Amino acid sequence: MRWYYKVPLRLRSIFHKNQAELDLSEELQFHLQNQIDEYVAQGMHPEDARHAAFRSLGGIEQAKEECRDARGVNVIDNFSQDVRFGLRMMRRSPGFSIPAILCLTLAIGANAAVFSWVEGILFRPYPLVSHQERLVALAGTARDEKSTETSWPDLLDLQRNCKLLDSLFVSKITGATLNIGERADVTTGSIVSANYFDAIGIHPILGRGFEPGEDAGRSAHPVAVISYQLWQSRFKGDPEIIGKTQRFNNVVHTIVGVAPQGFYGTFVGWAMHFWVPASMEEAFEAGGYKLEDRGARWAEAYVRLKPGITRDQAQQEISVLASRLEADYPDTNRGRSIKLWPLWQTPFNNAGTLLPTLEIMLAVVFFVLLIACANVGNLLLVRSFARRHEMTVRLAIGAGRSRLLKQLLTEGLILSVFGAAGGMLVAYWCRHALVLLFPVRSGIAMHLPGEIDGRVLALSAGVCLIATLIVGLVPAFQTRSLDLAGALKAESFGVVGASGRAWVRSSLVVLQVCLSFILLVGAALLMQSLQKIRSTSPGFSTTDVLETGVSLVAAGYDVPRAKTFQDELIDRVRSLPGVESAAYARLAPLGYGSYSSTPIAVDGYEPPPNEQPTAQYNQVSPAYFGTLGIALISGREFTRADDENAPLVAIVNETMVTRYWRGQNPIGQRLQVKGKWVQVVGIAADSKYASMRESPKPFFYVPLRQDFVRGPGLNIRTAQPLQTIQAAVTREVRAIDNNLALYEMITLQEQVDRSTSPQLVAVTLVAVLGGLALLLASIGLYGVMSYAVSQSTRELGLRMALGAGASNLLGLVLSRGLALMLTGVVIGVAVALGLTRLLGNLLYKVSPRDPLAFGSAFAVMTIAALAACFLPAWRATHTDPMRALRTE
Amino acid sequence: MAKPTDLVQGTVDLLILKTLALQPMHGWGIAQRIRQVSKDVLQVNQGALYPALHRLEQQGWIRAKWGESDNNRRAKFYSLTPDGAKYLRQEQAQWKRLSLAIDLVLETP
Repeated sequence: MRWYYKVPLRLRSIFHKNQAELDLSEELQFHLQNQIDEYVAQGMHPEDARHAAFRSLGGIEQAKEECRDARGVNVIDNFSQDVRFGLRMMRRSPGFSIPAILCLTLAIGANAAVFSWVEGILFRPYPLVSHQERLVALAGTARDEKSTETSWPDLLDLQRNCKLLDSLFVSKITGATLNIGERADVTTGSIVSANYFDAIGIHPILGRGFEPGEDAGRSAHPVAVISYQLWQSRFKGDPEIIGKTQRFNNVVHTIVGVAPQGFYGTFVGWAMHFWVPASMEEAFEAGGYKLEDRGARWAEAYVRLKPGITRDQAQQEISVLASRLEADYPDTNRGRSIKLWPLWQTPFNNAGTLLPTLEIMLAVVFFVLLIACANVGNLLLVRSFARRHEMTVRLAIGAGRSRLLKQLLTEGLILSVFGAAGGMLVAYWCRHALVLLFPVRSGIAMHLPGEIDGRVLALSAGVCLIATLIVGLVPAFQTRSLDLAGALKAESFGVVGASGRAWVRSSLVVLQVCLSFILLVGAALLMQSLQKIRSTSPGFSTTDVLETGVSLVAAGYDVPRAKTFQDELIDRVRSLPGVESAAYARLAPLGYGSYSSTPIAVDGYEPPPNEQPTAQYNQVSPAYFGTLGIALISGREFTRADDENAPLVAIVNETMVTRYWRGQNPIGQRLQVKGKWVQVVGIAADSKYASMRESPKPFFYVPLRQDFVRGPGLNIRTAQPLQTIQAAVTREVRAIDNNLALYEMITLQEQVDRSTSPQLVAVTLVAVLGGLALLLASIGLYGVMSYAVSQSTRELGLRMALGAGASNLLGLVLSRGLALMLTGVVIGVAVALGLTRLLGNLLYKVSPRDPLAFGSAFAVMTIAALAACFLPAWRATHTDPMRALRTE
Repeated sequence: MAKPTDLVQGTVDLLILKTLALQPMHGWGIAQRIRQVSKDVLQVNQGALYPALHRLEQQGWIRAKWGESDNNRRAKFYSLTPDGAKYLRQEQAQWKRLSLAIDLVLETP
């Protein structure tokens, strides 16, 4: 009742067990003695009196046991007894316990690792940032395109007017060239609003964060906060760092703070190493000063909700504010709104691309867990046959079924606790492993940390509990049918393929086959999809084209100087031996940067009401189409004559022709871009622009000189090896200006591979775990078949004696094994047809019911099953008929 | 305790507590006392007595202490705790209500 009575009594019962037992005996002894005295006083013979007294108490041991029960001693006692017994059993049969624990370790470890990834990448992605549960991502939306960025003036308006937000802050990823001493490095950092560090609750360990107002005024506040890692690695932990200056993109910044260790910024996927206020945007972003331009959408923002406010409530308020902006500024905001996303769906970092992969992983590791449990269950079943005598004896001397059940569950618990301990180690080692699956690129530190926190531990404990129940209940189910009398009779009456007692084990194997078949189908589908993606023609050549760039913004070039530099460099590159052609483009296809987009108008095209035609475009130099190998359907390439003084021109793609000119020849027609009319001079074939998986979309090109950017990418068509060209181009760049550095040079094939790396990661993970599942299922099948063979020596011997040949017996066992597999596959097909639809997002041009994927999964499964059954079958053919019959 | 207790067991608990309300007593004494007071009508099953005592102790309604019995043997004496006294009052009232109700039913012609 009251704990202060109960707890000391319980503790006494447990820790002073002997004393408690003595007390109990003495108490009962006293009672007996009094009873005897009374009977003697009534005239009984002392010996008779003693017997009568014992009888009146109704069995002294029974009374004691009931008293122990009343004290609750037995629950604890039995449990510790079971634990000790279980541990002893485990030590005595390592052949059983080691594989069982390994199975569970792998399964629980895989689950915990994926949990830690989900937690560390999707739910708590930003180490040290406070109250991440109230953090949501804010992105722009537009009717026609997938735009996620927002403009600075819009954000300021939201910040001023939204009542449900604690704070709104900007964090836009950028890169910078860092020159320290002899070394020049490219590193990643963020352009942030001045409230950034306060909003996320990060306090620099040295110096300060940004002060209010430091994000206003064009290039007015050249200050920077650097990461702990950068401080340690590049500045050798200089304690006097605050106040020193450092060139970022050739603009001198004063270092005002050092962020704490373990803070990597707020971008899922990459570690950030420096932060500059938004006022310095022009030095880091192409396209000039954008803080006063409502139409320039470049910022990526987060908001922190006030406590108790849901994302839906905040969304409603923001939608109202966004439609007010739409009404107030129709020129820039027509058709645009603002949307809040949970962190794990953030559209402008790697969370969005990793989400489908991680979702699939969760399902896959759960399957692996079930398969591992089935395997351990099977191992336990084999052992429970060996322990039938023990169980029978326990039952015979009066153990209740529930007592046996408790014992078996305790043994299951011991296994899964060991498995869970091992699994947590596996998870701990694998928590940062996801990053290893992504291709390495220079200059950018991929950062995908797993996080093992309370929630991950709790989930893993839940997984462990599921494992315990499955693993413990399977043999318990078997003991239900334990027959006291029959248990002493000998085994070996079994028949290969007999149902009877083996059906539990068989159905476990069917389950394993079914689950691993589903995983194989998933892996096959993803592999096919990846192959389709990579073999799809992107519309440009991937061989013999290299891509690089020179950061002129970083070097502080103004526009006229940049133009001169670009002309000089392209001439030098074109005259390099082995270079066929070279061209600039603001963005390379499939890169990280996003294309500019603009409202357009077309002569003769009347848009339906509420539709504002928009299209994305790229700024390219002469010879671009030839260099990238994008076919020109008709018309001409841009030439050097298409410069700032010439009439404005554009080249449009096929989809644009189909949509806006309805297939009519647009050459010579007019197109309105950003309010100015330009003449269409050519039609380019459709190609892939931002992603290999996108469907054709309207796109056009304008001459670089007519919409100038200082830091375009350089594309080079050549058959020479990359290293040769890289060295040559570096030499040429240095020859013009020794302060300039070349960006990383890669082939366009590499660019395609990088853009499809999430698919590659998904395929790799599913294939690895599918293989693991297949292995576990094969072991299960092997176990069942070899047990069946060993239990039916009599039948096999008889068949042999009656003239069955080795091939008959081989066929018998193999067909039994294949029958099990087929049952599993049939169920697997049915389930897989329902489940593979969930892969939809990751599949490209592959039907979730693709017969080739199902067929190849079936083939792999059959080969594995044959391999698993062959050894038992071969053993069956070597049964000695004489010995088999004599043993009975 | 809201746990439904079977009538006999519940009654034994009530009788034990009532007996202990007079003075601390050992198990044997409790059994004797109940027999005497009820004029040999109520015989506590001795096999059930000790488990009942241990259970009541576990629930904190009685407390045990070793002492000397009348015939100079070491015996375990149980005494009522304040919580036990409260519980006894509740149970007693409950019992009275119940037996009154049964009387009513039985005596209604």
